Amino acid sequence: MTAPSSVSGPESVPGPAPATGPAPASGPAPATARSTRPVRATGTRTLISDQDLARPRHRAVYFAVLTLTVVLFAAAFLFPLYWMATSALETPRQFAAQTPTLLPKSVHTAAYHDAWTQMDIAHFFLNTVYYAAGGWFLQLAVDVSAAYALSKLRPVLGGAVFAGMLASLLLPAAALLVPAYLTVSDLPLLHISLINSPWGLWLPGAANAFNIYVLRRFFDQIPAELLDAASIDGASRFQTLVRVVLPLSRPVLAVISIFAVVGMWKDFLWPLLVLQDPDKQTLSVALHRLSTSTTQVPPTEMIAGLSIAAVPMIVLFLFFQRHILSGLSAGAVKG
Amino acid sequence: MATSLAPPRPDPPAAPARGRSTSHAARRARLRRRIADNATAYAFMAAGIACFAMFSWYPLVRGIVLSFQQDNLITPPQWVGLDNYHHLFADPLFWTAWKNTAEFTGLALLLGYAVPFVIAVLLNELRHFRAYFRIAVYLPVMLPPIVSVMLWQFFYDPGGGLFNTVLRGAGLPTSQWIQSPHTAMLSLVLVSTWANMGGATLMYLAALQAIPGELFEAAELDGAGIRDRLRYVTIPQMRFVMLVLLLLQIISTMQVFIEPFQLTGFTDPSTITVMTLVYRYAFAVNNDFGLAAAMSVLLFAVLAVFAACYLRLTRETDR
Repeated sequence: MTAPSSVSGPESVPGPAPATGPAPASGPAPATARSTRPVRATGTRTLISDQDLARPRHRAVYFAVLTLTVVLFAAAFLFPLYWMATSALETPRQFAAQTPTLLPKSVHTAAYHDAWTQMDIAHFFLNTVYYAAGGWFLQLAVDVSAAYALSKLRPVLGGAVFAGMLASLLLPAAALLVPAYLTVSDLPLLHISLINSPWGLWLPGAANAFNIYVLRRFFDQIPAELLDAASIDGASRFQTLVRVVLPLSRPVLAVISIFAVVGMWKDFLWPLLVLQDPDKQTLSVALHRLSTSTTQVPPTEMIAGLSIAAVPMIVLFLFFQRHILSGLSAGAVKG
Repeated sequence: MATSLAPPRPDPPAAPARGRSTSHAARRARLRRRIADNATAYAFMAAGIACFAMFSWYPLVRGIVLSFQQDNLITPPQWVGLDNYHHLFADPLFWTAWKNTAEFTGLALLLGYAVPFVIAVLLNELRHFRAYFRIAVYLPVMLPPIVSVMLWQFFYDPGGGLFNTVLRGAGLPTSQWIQSPHTAMLSLVLVSTWANMGGATLMYLAALQAIPGELFEAAELDGAGIRDRLRYVTIPQMRFVMLVLLLLQIISTMQVFIEPFQLTGFTDPSTITVMTLVYRYAFAVNNDFGLAAAMSVLLFAVLAVFAACYLRLTRETDR
């Protein structure tokens, strides 16, 4: 469903240690930047040693491979995004002519403007922001308090509840799609339909075992004395959570927040099913609907819509690159 | 307390009656506090338990029950025994969907499994622009999947699409890409690999960086060349990560949906997959939720095998 992590088990989970610690150094260190010899900044050696590369012939091969890789990466991963951003700056006629130009001859922002207003991308953009914000808030509220109870209050049968939650990580989202849809369209006992309601995204999203696992592991490392001190000072459990635990947990909360927002923004299949009213759709679902609708949308406008949908994720990535990548690689290092 | 279960014994003379009554009261107070603590804890967990019960545990049971029912959300559900499963096995699309899903998974593994490994080994040897490489390879992973898929839909356009334009410019033969049943599946795999390979690449890279450098030094001192070092040091050291990623990748690629859904639709027999067929049964044709649930149960059973392997693997290494 909304959980993007449904297929990844605990192994790929960022632990509190890498999240709290300084992010691993990335990029060439000053030593590398100053010398023209390919020397590893960190001093750890890999398959090929620095001495090996010091030989002139090897150095030439190294720089040839390096240049080739830089160019290939630009062509494979950056150029498609560049094409997307600039194709939308062409007029429909220029776009149809398809003379491959690296730089647009003239810049027309009309497609972006029309996409934003006529295609109503603005509306779907705001919808998605609203869903992502609500989903983020609910995930934090529900999962933080559950993980806090599991870690620090240790109730009877807490272990069984935790195991039940973790088990859902192993359930492929696809297998639950149909019964989850039927559940949301008629909640058991309550008989309320969440179809076309943001709660249809938010509540299933809050059942996120990945969050609970990560938070619990982090809370486990907060010393009990800190909490005892708070309770001696007369703080209630809730006050302890808000005043002591949460401020200590900022790094892990940041990781979870990023994953929550990214997950909500990228989700497609579940919102496609739950939000059937075109007016309430997310940006992803609306783009799909517009691409298959009978009314022809000019391709430049469509591409402008794609660019607009991509921008928040790219900005988020560039800002929180360290969080995202260190969270991702922490799992692999463990193995 | 261990003593609480012991039968009442005559008190030792040293214990005054007053002391006994306070310990009794203390025990009762402790019990009361424990009940209160548990109540507080469950109050904190209530929302979480409700969400999991409603949207994870209950749907699992409901899905299995539903696969033995006929349900279209309009008339009340009816028990039909194994009818849904019989119906599935009789539907030629069912077998096509499995064949296509296997083909997609196989191709996705060939590309999406080998390529990230090779790239990671290469990147680990490069001493420059490391941040650039990592950001570039992961950028597509950040894009909403529908954006990647629709973008490639423009690239695949047989007339003026980017790929054929470039191929024509280079004097190479062009392709019909998603519009030909011969190349459609490969086209789906290509976009899927492009959009998803960043994660695997960076996980391999992290694992490569964790290999102790002494191993390579020792191998070199023993006279091992680059190829031998790769074969006898790198690959054995990476075995665990490679196996974990293999299982995770099989599990996620078998659930492929958005690529065929957007690029070729859910009717084209050359690319219909298990998930698009589930969608078709449940939401596109006649709301046959029982049939779709039966299909989901079968998919679940297949994926459960891989999930079990994954669990065993990670458990074993945890010990």
